[in-house]
Parts: sequence; C-alpha cells; structure tokens
Amino acid sequence: MDLVFKALADASRRDLLDRLQAENGQTLSELCERLAMTRQAVSKHLGILEEANLVATVKRGREKLHYLNPVPIHEIGERWIGKFERSRLQALGDLKKALEAGDES
Amino acid sequence: MSKPKFVYVTYIAAPPEKVWEALTKADISEKYWFGYRVTADGKVGDHMTAYSPTGMQAHDDPILESDPPRRLVYDWKPLYKDMDGERPSRVSFELEPFKDQTKLTVVHDEFDEDSKIFGLISKGWPAVLSSLKSFLETGRGLQASWDDEAQKRAAAEA
Repeated sequence: MDLVFKALADASRRDLLDRLQAENGQTLSELCERLAMTRQAVSKHLGILEEANLVATVKRGREKLHYLNPVPIHEIGERWIGKFERSRLQALGDLKKALEAGDES
Repeated sequence: MSKPKFVYVTYIAAPPEKVWEALTKADISEKYWFGYRVTADGKVGDHMTAYSPTGMQAHDDPILESDPPRRLVYDWKPLYKDMDGERPSRVSFELEPFKDQTKLTVVHDEFDEDSKIFGLISKGWPAVLSSLKSFLETGRGLQASWDDEAQKRAAAEA
C-alpha cells in the first residue's frame, strides 16, 4: 500500500491515470501526446505506476498497452469505507459534482 | 485482435492452485463473490454457471479455454432480461506464479456496441478481485459493498 500512496503523490502520475481512465489501453506514444513531459519522464512515471499495480499492461504485437488498474484503489476504499457509508458518500459525491459542474466554464 | 476493454491485475499471497479453486468452485466462490455460487471447473465446451444468493441463475456461459491452474476463459453474458439481445462478452483469467504470490490478470473484452454488460461489470470486477484476495489471504471475503445496481437488478428479476 505504501507504493500506491507514493505513486499517487505526484500530479503528473495522477494526470496519467486520468488519461487512462478517459481512454484505457494506450501506448506510451499515445500517452506522450499533448503532454509537456519528455518520453523518458512519462516512461519513468508509468514504471512507478506499474510497480504500484495502478497500471497494468498487455502486449499486443509489438505494442505495449497501458490500462488503469483500479483494484488497489478499491482495496484502499474497502479498508476505510464501511458498507453502509457507501451510498451516502456516493450521494455526497454526486452533489459535489453537480454543484461544481457550474464552475467549470 | 481487438484491444481489450478492461485489464485488472491483483497479486494474491496464495499458490495458483488455490486461486484456481476459488475461481471455479461454487462452495468457495460464495464466500467471497458476494454470495454468488460460480462453477467453472469443467472442460472446454462445458458451461460456467453462476447463481445469485437468492438462487436465481445469473450465468450459463460456455467455457472456451481451461488450463488449470494457468488459464481460464469463458463467455460472459448475464441472464438478465434486458441483455437478451447482446452478443456475449469474454472474460479471461491468467494465473502466474510471482515470487511467493500469484499474479492474477483478468481481461474482459469483446463487448457489443453500447453494451449494458459493460456498464455493469466495470464496477464489479475490482470488488470481486479485492474480496478474492482478502478471502485467500485472511480467510474472510469483504462485505457486499457490491454494486447496488446489481443487487437491485437481481431483486427486480426475482
């Protein structure tokens, strides 16, 4: 679990996870597009995410595809969020999203 | 070969044989798979079956590959009425020894366009896999924080 928190404690790595959530199964080159980071830096961040098991990879031909692996995050949730809190937290989360949606423009 | 939609990985401190058993035997699955009795220990061509805690049959899907304790592939098409017309999606389990653990990779793909199954499973697997890990490592599965939608659906169908 230390590895997970360490991996998440970096805005660039969270950004990479956001990109994978938006579109799962990207190559390194795809992830590098429109990013103000060198390919080496992205590659290094992906390595840290993979070590923490937050990113899973599969090979397809010569390409390596990266996937957001939500299982460790789920485990963190399970550790501190009780069964009956979940739906109330969901409702609060939805409310926050709805209220903040107006601020985005 | 199409690009897989979901890839999930978890590392479990148990030998592949134990993980395989948990994935294929109903008496074990019901202890972590939120009460679901899942049987998948047949040969290729036999069926994977799953029954909800209320005894409703949720799956009757052909097993496409079975290589214990390494690789298991079956179709995935819940027997819910509103999914009648959908092409089955596909789940594969890859079990690899990793140090003193098992690396379990679950790939779910081959979804129909606008698949309803897709929405249902994207919340389901992380919960099932976390619970499986907890069960094999501590003897206890996790509480059914199971996707409320699946429970409502099961209740509506019953």
